[in-house]
This record gives sequence, structure tokens and C-alpha cells, in this order.
Amino acid sequence: MPDPSFVFAQSVSGLTAAMFLFLIASGLSLIFGVLRVLNFAHGTFYMLGAYCAYQFMVWLEPGPGKFWLAALAAGLVVAALGGLVERLLFRHLYGKEELYQLLFTYALVLILSDAAKMIWGTQQKSVSRPPELTGAFSVFGAIIPDYNLLILVLGPAIALTVWYVLQRTRVGRFIRAAALDRETLGALGVNVNALYTWVFVMASFLGGLGGALISPMRATVPGMDTEVIVEAFVVVVIGGLGSFWGTFLGALIYGQVLSFGILFFPRFSIFAVFALMAAVLIVRPWGLLGRPLK
Amino acid sequence: MTKRMPWGLLVLLAAFFVPAAGSRFYTFLANDVAIWALFATSLNLLVGYTGLVSFGHAAYFGLGAYTTGLLMKKLAVPFVLAFPAAGLLAGAFALVFGFFCVRLTRIYFAMLTLAFAQIVWAICFKWNEVTGGEQGMPEIPYPDFGWLDRFASVPLVGGWRTAEYFYFLTLILVALCLWALRRIAGSPFGRLLTTIRENAERAEFIGVNVRRYELAAFVLAGAFAGLAGGLFGIFNRGVFPDFAYWTKSSEVLIMTLLGGMGTFYGPAIGALALILLNQQITAYTEYWPFVLGSILVILLFVFPGGLAGAAQLIAQRVWRPRRA
Repeated sequence: MPDPSFVFAQSVSGLTAAMFLFLIASGLSLIFGVLRVLNFAHGTFYMLGAYCAYQFMVWLEPGPGKFWLAALAAGLVVAALGGLVERLLFRHLYGKEELYQLLFTYALVLILSDAAKMIWGTQQKSVSRPPELTGAFSVFGAIIPDYNLLILVLGPAIALTVWYVLQRTRVGRFIRAAALDRETLGALGVNVNALYTWVFVMASFLGGLGGALISPMRATVPGMDTEVIVEAFVVVVIGGLGSFWGTFLGALIYGQVLSFGILFFPRFSIFAVFALMAAVLIVRPWGLLGRPLK
Repeated sequence: MTKRMPWGLLVLLAAFFVPAAGSRFYTFLANDVAIWALFATSLNLLVGYTGLVSFGHAAYFGLGAYTTGLLMKKLAVPFVLAFPAAGLLAGAFALVFGFFCVRLTRIYFAMLTLAFAQIVWAICFKWNEVTGGEQGMPEIPYPDFGWLDRFASVPLVGGWRTAEYFYFLTLILVALCLWALRRIAGSPFGRLLTTIRENAERAEFIGVNVRRYELAAFVLAGAFAGLAGGLFGIFNRGVFPDFAYWTKSSEVLIMTLLGGMGTFYGPAIGALALILLNQQITAYTEYWPFVLGSILVILLFVFPGGLAGAAQLIAQRVWRPRRA
């Protein structure tokens, strides 16, 4: 049995990974829940968030809260891009076959990630951690960087915020209604088209913010988008496509399976994650907390 | 009644003259096209004919490539056995994976095929002892063409380089596979697959076991993708985990869509168009994915029927003008 402090450290690192994945996957789940579209480009939005954060760090004058400003700005830029894409192109594919929708989002992956390559090159970009969070502290003999702790707090905070918006506000009620029955909602006088755009904007914001927040921890490189999107798929599938808390649960499970899988089966932890996804799809295609589609 | 032109046969015949007429480079391109044409056509059996959108078709391509590669490189098994083995193994995996996949519908089907493909990729990526892991498996040997040396003096038959012999072999095998696929698509079995695509419920009413038919299509598509993979590993002089990665699955989907899913030869035309386009465009710019993405967007919005669909539309306008 490995010593407890190591196990603790491992589970914390799994938890941190889970919070990042949640940030990305929650946007994916939101779009699927409402628009019934799997957005391959969501990973690319996440990557663009990381690049934008880097760019704003270069542009902005040094000052207090510079990193946070950069992260927020990155999220907003990506959100605007998401809204633009939805408004100009994506909305014309709603009634079409799923294959066309999937391939359109894949076309976005190709175009946007190549555009990122044109702008930022293939060299990896890194962002330094905000100065107030460069330290670390130790719990039960495990050393946890301050920045990771912040992510551990920020993940649930964002989850609660989104949950609050969805459950307790007027817009949230409309979004949930649109997920259930688009036509009826439209007939009741709600502008469903605008609502869809806002959902896309919100989801893109979450993806972009996730990318910006991860930029101090992982290097930003081309190709990170296609990698992360499959991870996000695993998370939403395990939790249940379109289920918000399911996504949270899926992210937690993914993080733990990955970090403990590395501990016990170093070579096959990535295999375990996909096997888990397949197993969930076979046994409960709608995921652990999702509801079957009609 | 006029007999239709045997276009397939004509293209095959023309393809045989590529090494004689063109350079080594064009032989290389033609070989690439032939293999991808088979891969895309195998996917079309699933997506175009049966209406099942697989996002993990690369898994079977990769499995076939690794099977032939491993057998030929590590165990020195001759090509005549290693090639069909690729189809058999890929088909066997497709049977297991497909058994679960066909129980799901639409987006969940696509997700599960993706999950299985990623499992295959993860195994290829990490199982260093057998697959060579991340580094892949370079230097897959060509099939033995030594016995052809006795024809060295016969014009047109002898005196080619190994790569060219392999090209001829690819042409023959791909032609045979396409012929078999064409027979399958045109058979009563193939018609039933189309019925399932159009209306699975109705197919069920007339007594068709929909899942079993879907599974059969899945296995056939997987097996032919495996055969294409087996050829590709040799052609590529190496097998890499990338072959089974999900982006490969989308690439072949794009080819199928570009050519036109509703038609038998559409995907092959898509493979030809995409590979030639790639070769032309990469000469000018390194940003091929950007161009490909833009083509895909135009395709989705303007020509959802693909090249074959657009050609049909034009042909109809030209030869059968609408009556006033």
C-alpha cells in the first residue's frame, strides 16, 4: 500500500484535473443539452482561450490582477467568437442531419486551429502564474501549489454559478425549456434563436475561460484542442450528455481514474478512461445522471 | 436499352498505366488514392447505405495496418496470409464492438464508436512491446516480388521497381474489394440496408432483424477498412498509432462526404479529389487544414450531396432539360 500522503497528493491532483475538465466539459454539455449538437470545436475554443490569455498577458501593462484581467478578456473574446460562429453559420444546420452538424464543428476545428497556428506559430507558449499565487503549502505531507488550490475552489464556484443561472433565473428557465421543447417555447413568444446564440456564447465563454486558466499550468501548443475534446467527451458521456451535475460527477470520476490509474497501471490509465466511457455507453447510454432521450 | 459504360473497369485500366506514363511520384499518389478509396468506400457502406454515422472507423483501419505490419515484420509471415488476416482481425473486432454499438442510436452510436476507436488507439499508443508504442513500427517489408524476376524480360510485365509492383498489387486487390463491396451493396442484403437507413421501423415491420443487419454491415465495413489498413501500412513503410486516432476517422468521413455518400463510387472520387487537392495546395501553403476546413464548410452548405451529387445534378440539367 502506498503511503497515505502520496495517495492524498494523487487524489488532489486528480481533483485539480477534474475541475479543469469540468470547466471545458460543462460548456460542451450545455450546448448538447440545449442544441442537441456535439461541438467538436469546443476543444478549439478552449485552446484559443489559452492563446488569448497569453496574448493579453503580453499586451497588458503589468499591474495588480493582470492575469485575472487577461483570463477574463480571453474568455470574452472566445465567447464573442462563439456567438459569431453560431449566428453566421451554425444556426443554418439545426434542422439538418447529425452528420452535417458534427462535420461542421469538425471543420471549425480545422479552420480555427490552423488560424491559431498562423497567428501564434508552432512554438509552445507559456503564461506565468499570477504573482500572488506562486507559493505552495503542505497538507498531510503533500505539497499543493496555491494556484491548484484556487482552481479547486474556482471549479465548484463556477459550477454553482452556472447552476444558479440555469435553475433560478428567467434566462435559465428559458434555456431549460428550450432543451425540452423548442417549438412550444417559441410559440409562447420567446425568441429561441437569440436564446440559442446566448447558450453558445455562454458555453464558449466557459471553454475559453478554462483554457485561459490552464495556461499557467500546461504549455499552450497546437494539437491540445483535439486532445482535450476527447477527454471532455469522456466526461460528458460518463456523467450524462446534457446533464449539468452529471458533467461535474463525470469530471470527478475521470480525474480520479486517471490519477490513480497512473499509480497502479501506469501504462493503461488512458485506456481505462476510454474503457469506462465505453462501459457507461453500453450500460447506461444516457450517462450516470442523465435522462434517456425521447 | 443502352449498355452503360464500364467506368470502373476503364479507370482501373487507366490506373495500370500510371507507372508507365507518369513519374514515380504519380505512382505514389495513385497508390495512396487507391487505398483511401477502399477505406472511404468501406465507410460508405455504413454511413451512406445503412445510415449509421461511425466516428471511429479509423480503429479498423489501424487494426488492419498493425495486423499486417506485425505479421510481416515480426513473424515474417508472407503477404498472402498477412493481408487477409488484416481483414479477419479487423472484422472480428468490428463484430465485438459493433455488437454493442448497434444497440445505440444516433449520437450515442457515434460516441460509442469513437470510444472504441480511442481504446484501440490507446492500446496501440501504449503497448510498447508489441506495437512499438508512440514511435510506431517503421520498416514494414514489402511483399516478396522476387518470383516476378523471371518475367524481367517481358515488356510491361517485368522490370519494375518494388514500389511499382506493390502499386499493381494494390490496384488488383482494391479492385477486387470494391467489386465485392459493389456486389454487396447491390444485393438484396444491401437493399435492405438502405431500407433500414430510410425507415428502420418499417424494416422491422416487414420482419427484418434490424440490429443483425446493422451488425453485419458494421462487420463488413470494418473488415474492408482493415484490408485497406493492411495495404496502407506497407505503402506507408510503417504503422503508427495515429492511424487509429479520431482525427483519422473524421478525415475519411470528409472524403466520403466530399465524394457523395449516396453513390457507390462517390467516396472513391472523394479520396481522389482530396488527395490531389492536398498535393496541389500543400505546394503553395502549409495551412492545408485551413483549406480543408473551408472546403468542408462550403460542401456542407452548398453541395451536401458531394461531388457526385453535384455532377448528377449538372448531368440531369444538361441531358434531361426540364419540360416546359
